[in-house]
Amino acid sequence: MNLLKFLDHQFFIEAGEMSRFAARFFKEASKPKQEYEEFINQCFVIGYKTLTLVGVTAFIMGLVLTIQSRPTLLEFGAEAMLPAMVSVSLIREIAPVITALICAGKIGSGLGAELGSMKVTEQIDAMEVSGTNPFKYLVVTRVMAATLMVPLLSSLANAISLYGGYLGVNIRGHVSWHLYWFQVFDALSFGDVIPSLIKTFFFGFAIGIVGCYKGFSSQKGTEGVGRSATTAVIVASLMVFIIDLIAVQITDLLGLT
Amino acid sequence: MVELAMKKPIIEVRHVNKSFGDNHVLKDFSMSVYPGENLVILGKSGSGKSVLIKCIINLIQVDRGDIVVLDTPIQGLEQDELDGLRAEVGFLFQSNALYDSMTVRKNLEFPLRIHWTKEQRASGAEAAVREALDDVGLLHTIDMMPQQLSGGMKKRVALARSLILKPKVILYDEPTTGLDPITSREISHLMVRVQKKYNATSVIISHDLNCIEITSDRVIMLIDGTCYADDTLAALRKSEDPRIKEFFE
Repeated sequence: MNLLKFLDHQFFIEAGEMSRFAARFFKEASKPKQEYEEFINQCFVIGYKTLTLVGVTAFIMGLVLTIQSRPTLLEFGAEAMLPAMVSVSLIREIAPVITALICAGKIGSGLGAELGSMKVTEQIDAMEVSGTNPFKYLVVTRVMAATLMVPLLSSLANAISLYGGYLGVNIRGHVSWHLYWFQVFDALSFGDVIPSLIKTFFFGFAIGIVGCYKGFSSQKGTEGVGRSATTAVIVASLMVFIIDLIAVQITDLLGLT
Repeated sequence: MVELAMKKPIIEVRHVNKSFGDNHVLKDFSMSVYPGENLVILGKSGSGKSVLIKCIINLIQVDRGDIVVLDTPIQGLEQDELDGLRAEVGFLFQSNALYDSMTVRKNLEFPLRIHWTKEQRASGAEAAVREALDDVGLLHTIDMMPQQLSGGMKKRVALARSLILKPKVILYDEPTTGLDPITSREISHLMVRVQKKYNATSVIISHDLNCIEITSDRVIMLIDGTCYADDTLAALRKSEDPRIKEFFE
């Protein structure tokens, strides 16, 4: 009886509904006749329009990390290790996770609010009446675009943050452009880059699914739209950390750390 | 009425029940809609009028009962069959439901992308959009965004969108709600004009008596989830039944 009451908790109901929503995504995505035009449009909206935000944040991230790390390394006489340390930290963890969190904020809330307002103003019903499958047109395209764009944004953030790191190294010291990049690439291996890239696809998928689910299940007028946008950001950010934790455990088990 | 009863119904709703939890919205509701008529469904707010027309287009599934539209029972239809049937039925939403990220042109072209081939769209979409907008007197808004339109204009554009596939049946969900009396009257006259031009059958959900007066051939009163009365507006006005009278006082 207690177990039943426990499982009836809103959290589990929500998790179950979201899982069903994700399962429906795979079902609809596997059907023929994709909405390519809308997919390209969403890649532009999700990818291109987030580019500046991600770029600026990544640059500051690389710069700040380098400046903050220098005194500690200096204490141990390991200042020469700075490019290597910064590159491994950024590529493996910081750049992908920060990029995903920015995307969870911008893309997650955008999807939640957009689909939520479409739901409460009957635009989704109008789409269905006109013979268009709204799930396929709205959800599949947006989730696929997020799944593809977040890794691209994250890769870009990697590059820009490393450039920020180069400037950070040269604020107090002097490391030539060639030496800096040599040390960066020397410190990195495929075991650092590939798992980090793979997890960003999962970040993108989670952000897309959560944003679309919250928007699609929006209720109670404009108040509900606001709530959808807010909860989309919270849940998507939480999902990013959970996926990151799982990814770290898997790479650890596979001996890639 | 006798003349109508001799025709074959274009829409038949038989013993339909629909509940949301403990709220029984439709209770054994039945009605028939005949070709070429303008049927108004009148009822208080929250009486289930909008639920009923959403059931007709299968946006809401009924709990029990049958709905037959254009000789096709809508329950159990495959998605493709349902989409095909929906092309024959236009729907004007209470909130207009214009896609706010698209121009008026794109809004009107949207239903064509499913029901017309690429070749048909390339050769005929522009003309179809212009004709539908011309019918509602808003050709000049073709490249405008919905946010740039007034409430009445949005309603007209939404009507043009529901006409683009030249439907046999048009369902109107409270078409004059939120409009001023002059615009409301214009929209009502437009509905009658459109119905004549397209030779369509209309089902209109409304509690706006001016609109009902202009548009209705027949009125069904939806009270307590049932078809309480079914007659012409003039006959209902003369009724001594207190529950009917309260609508006209």
